Amino acid sequence: MAKRTLALTLGIALAVAGLVAAFEPIRGHAETSGGGALKGAADFASIADAKARSKAIFAEASRVLTHPRCINCHPATRSPTQGEDMHPHVPLMIAADSSMGPAGLACSTCHGAENRAIVGSRLKSIPGNAHWQLAPESMAWQGLSVGEICQQVKDTERNGNRSHADLIKHMGEDHLVGWAWHPGEGRSAPPGSQAEFAALIAAWVETGAECPD
Amino acid sequence: MSIFDRANLAVSRRQLLIGASLTGAGLVIGFKPHAVAAASEPFAPNAFIRIPQEGKITFVMPSVEMGQGIYTAVAMMLAEELEVGLDQVTLEHAPADPKQYANPLLGDQITGGSLAIRGIYEQMRKAGATARIMLIAAAAREWGVSPDACKAEAGHVVETGGSRRAAYGSLITAAASEVVPQDVPLKPASSYRVIGKPAHRLDSPEKVNGTAKFGIDARPDGVSYAAIAICPHFNGKLRAVDEAPAMAVKGVTQVVRIEEAVAVVADNTGAARKGLAALSIDWDPGPSASVSQSELERQMDAAIDGKALPHVNEGDVARAEAEHGPVHEFVYRMPILTHSAMEPMNCTVHVRPDGCEVWVGTQIMSRARQAAADVTGLPLEKVVVHNHLLGGGFGRRLDVDGIILSTKIAKQVSGPVKVTWSREEDIRHDCYRYLNYSKVTATLGPDGLPVSWRHRVIGPSVMARWLPAFTKDGVDLDQMGGAESPYAIPNRQTDFARHEAPDGMLTGNWRGVGATRNVPPVECGIDELAELAGIDPLDYRRRLLQHKPRLLGALELAAEKAGWSSPLEKGKGRGIAVAEDFGSFAAMIAEVSIGADGRFKTDRIVCAVDCGQVINPDTVEAQIQSGVVYGLSAALYGRITVENGAVVEGNFDDAPVLRINETPPIEVHIVPSAEAPGGIGEVGTPGVAPALLNAIFMATGKRLRTLPIDQTDLRRV
Amino acid sequence: MERGAALGADGRMPYNLTVNGKSYAVDVDGDIPLLWVLRDTIGLTGTKFGCGIAMCGACTVHVDGLPVRSCILSVSEAAEKPVTTIEAIGDTPEGRKIQQAWLDIDVVQCGYCQSGQIMSATALLAANAKPSDDDIDAVMAGNICRCGTYPRIRAAIKLAAQG
Repeated sequence: MAKRTLALTLGIALAVAGLVAAFEPIRGHAETSGGGALKGAADFASIADAKARSKAIFAEASRVLTHPRCINCHPATRSPTQGEDMHPHVPLMIAADSSMGPAGLACSTCHGAENRAIVGSRLKSIPGNAHWQLAPESMAWQGLSVGEICQQVKDTERNGNRSHADLIKHMGEDHLVGWAWHPGEGRSAPPGSQAEFAALIAAWVETGAECPD
Repeated sequence: MSIFDRANLAVSRRQLLIGASLTGAGLVIGFKPHAVAAASEPFAPNAFIRIPQEGKITFVMPSVEMGQGIYTAVAMMLAEELEVGLDQVTLEHAPADPKQYANPLLGDQITGGSLAIRGIYEQMRKAGATARIMLIAAAAREWGVSPDACKAEAGHVVETGGSRRAAYGSLITAAASEVVPQDVPLKPASSYRVIGKPAHRLDSPEKVNGTAKFGIDARPDGVSYAAIAICPHFNGKLRAVDEAPAMAVKGVTQVVRIEEAVAVVADNTGAARKGLAALSIDWDPGPSASVSQSELERQMDAAIDGKALPHVNEGDVARAEAEHGPVHEFVYRMPILTHSAMEPMNCTVHVRPDGCEVWVGTQIMSRARQAAADVTGLPLEKVVVHNHLLGGGFGRRLDVDGIILSTKIAKQVSGPVKVTWSREEDIRHDCYRYLNYSKVTATLGPDGLPVSWRHRVIGPSVMARWLPAFTKDGVDLDQMGGAESPYAIPNRQTDFARHEAPDGMLTGNWRGVGATRNVPPVECGIDELAELAGIDPLDYRRRLLQHKPRLLGALELAAEKAGWSSPLEKGKGRGIAVAEDFGSFAAMIAEVSIGADGRFKTDRIVCAVDCGQVINPDTVEAQIQSGVVYGLSAALYGRITVENGAVVEGNFDDAPVLRINETPPIEVHIVPSAEAPGGIGEVGTPGVAPALLNAIFMATGKRLRTLPIDQTDLRRV
Repeated sequence: MERGAALGADGRMPYNLTVNGKSYAVDVDGDIPLLWVLRDTIGLTGTKFGCGIAMCGACTVHVDGLPVRSCILSVSEAAEKPVTTIEAIGDTPEGRKIQQAWLDIDVVQCGYCQSGQIMSATALLAANAKPSDDDIDAVMAGNICRCGTYPRIRAAIKLAAQG
């Protein structure tokens, strides 16, 4: 039998540090800290091919769609994620029966009509909106490529039967979509503004609503 | 006011001192009672039993209730011999008075170490029996019959062959003049009518309707409410703070500065918390400001091969190693842990020039009182501690740091003030279970069984600070508990490499104490040896436990109930751990499965326990489930880290604990036993982590030797 | 009307709360969490503080009949809405059933989290008369218990659902 000396590496450092580190970036972010600027439609004018331009515009818009503020509630399963690192929501939320969460632990148990401030904690606020809920199952985006998300967005079978015009209106005016740019203290916002985002969607529609490959 | 105090005192220290000398094995040995001096002193009134003329009998609880069911158990013991129903009694917290209420095994008024029932089983029954005999004597004298012609039942003395019947309350005056019997006989277990039968918890109704009063619920007249910020850095101090932003908050009345903390006082805790959050506090981080987790772990690693003090030394390990090499060596690493009791630390204190009152839930009444006396400079007798139900203890409330801080604050406040820690303050200022490492070294004989076993324990000595009597020649006897393993190995050596936490980081007792630090390396180590020997882990333990019939009995029962020999699907595994401590014997089998995503799930935990004479079987089941959940939570999530000389984690977001959706079915099987009762509050905890690790090995072939378990993806490990 | 606090300087009580059917006028800042008003101002201490960030469920109360974490619900949000706490949940049919099941099974240990557990379990039972283990886990995952009463919580909710 061979001599077996088994010294160990810092396995735990990896195990939980992942979680801890994940919380670090949240610290100190004010409401206004966001993902910076969003390019406008004009920034894509140099792309001559309309189809290619449409794809590029959607790719830019997807910086919003795939931002944690948006995609955390478009999970692959019926359980939302949370935080900048998109870890599973704590406590585990199961929205299999309702986008509002199970009766008894509905979203509204913690999430109000507005963001709620917290004092004395690393979490600076609990996000809130009058329409706080998970996206429908057909709009599960996590794990999809940008192209796949794009296909979903324009598929009336999966987008809540929204026409292109409806999409522009939804992205530009929906109160819950708009929350992403006012996520409460301690959370980053997606790039740009809701208006800029809606303008991009409109430009994408105008250019033929093409989806990236 | 009762006459039976006399009876109780007669019940008696003298006899109970004899009982108290029954300090058996394990933890008990070191916790020598010092109550000898008390034996000759007079007894104060109101001990244990109070029988009024009318109404319910009061039982005074010498141990504190923190969920372990001790109030119900004590009442059952008293009721058994006093011959009353549990519906005829009310319970009362004992005041701080170690002369009256010291646990005979601990010599102080402490609830910890799973010693409550072991300490007072005889004492309580004698208290009940003495009272009963005096009541019968009084009735018999009044009726002109022999005491033998009377019996006690349901709070009455009854004439056996006649029709006369007297309620206890009507006999108390007469009974007071009866001679106190010195050595009353106790019922044999075979005639128990209360003990050993499932009983409903006496504290359930108030805990179900919101009327139960925990320390945090104390509201003495005129109370104000404080939120506290303690310097986040170990040994750090307050440099300066401008109180204006807090004072501007509605309801805030005062900002209190003490050397190591700031407190904001208000007319409600919410305003106090808001005021505190508004402050910019300038802390002096002190000498520990550069301490980091990687440095602490590096120091622990260095200590593995550093100096150590010998403890157990049986046979000749060096010779066995020379003869039977190769030498197998395993190093296990355990993290820093918090207690995270659901009731955050809190304490209400009223300091007056002529006295001090403290409202708190504490496991250590006498030290709580002493702490307040020390801080105020008042004589001990001027300090009154009102104990409360504890919203979880787990060892956290065996320290009085919170009482000291609160009393310092209260000295500057007019009227009583309730200081409530935020969850963050609670987690960042715990008395931590510090890093604990173990190096296990073994050789196997030709039959595959171990012939030598070395176990080096690396960690701090909590007992050096907390209970020096439980150290010997520099060795912390709690830290070393069980390190030599329960197994029949002819040559065994253990030693203690003391390595303390950084200055200012308080370390303390954690549920399961020494066993939770030594059972994992022992039970994983023995599993590794079984694997090397190519022997089934159950069979391996069986062969090594023939000299430990009670532990073996628990193991056999657990194996049978878990269906150890039944086949498992691919991706599933079972793991065993046994634990012998607190006068009890437990065996645990965990069943896990590994999902396609590499995450593992605990499917089931089966536990068998031999805890001697059971007082309340329903409580035994609950306490084993409780210990298992506590152990699971630590095994899966428990890890505190340090950066910049401060604890990083602060709340259940970054220091998560087990929730119901992660809790597997937990089966508890009790081995029938007539042995003396053992402790039950802790023995369920130590085996969980090793049982899981051993099960993961069976499922994956991977040995994890570091806690908590890396749950992210076992395919990656 | 009962007074939870002295009249403000202007003689007005800014927030009117209705707790367990009784009215209280409280003079605190609007952003003070309901939890502290219940416990400290009104004196209903059955509702417990556990984490302050809606992660443990110990502070659960019902507002408009639905469970809410009172540690993050501001008093201004709770004003003018019916609030039910553990002290009165036994007046509802589901609350009574849950409390009885808790007694029958002896769920509690230290008991500190149990007010919140019972408030959540009551809300579950009110919405789902026959919850499965998965239903129970999905709802009760919001309430932490450090004593490990989880197995008995499952059993008690099922028992309550039978009764």
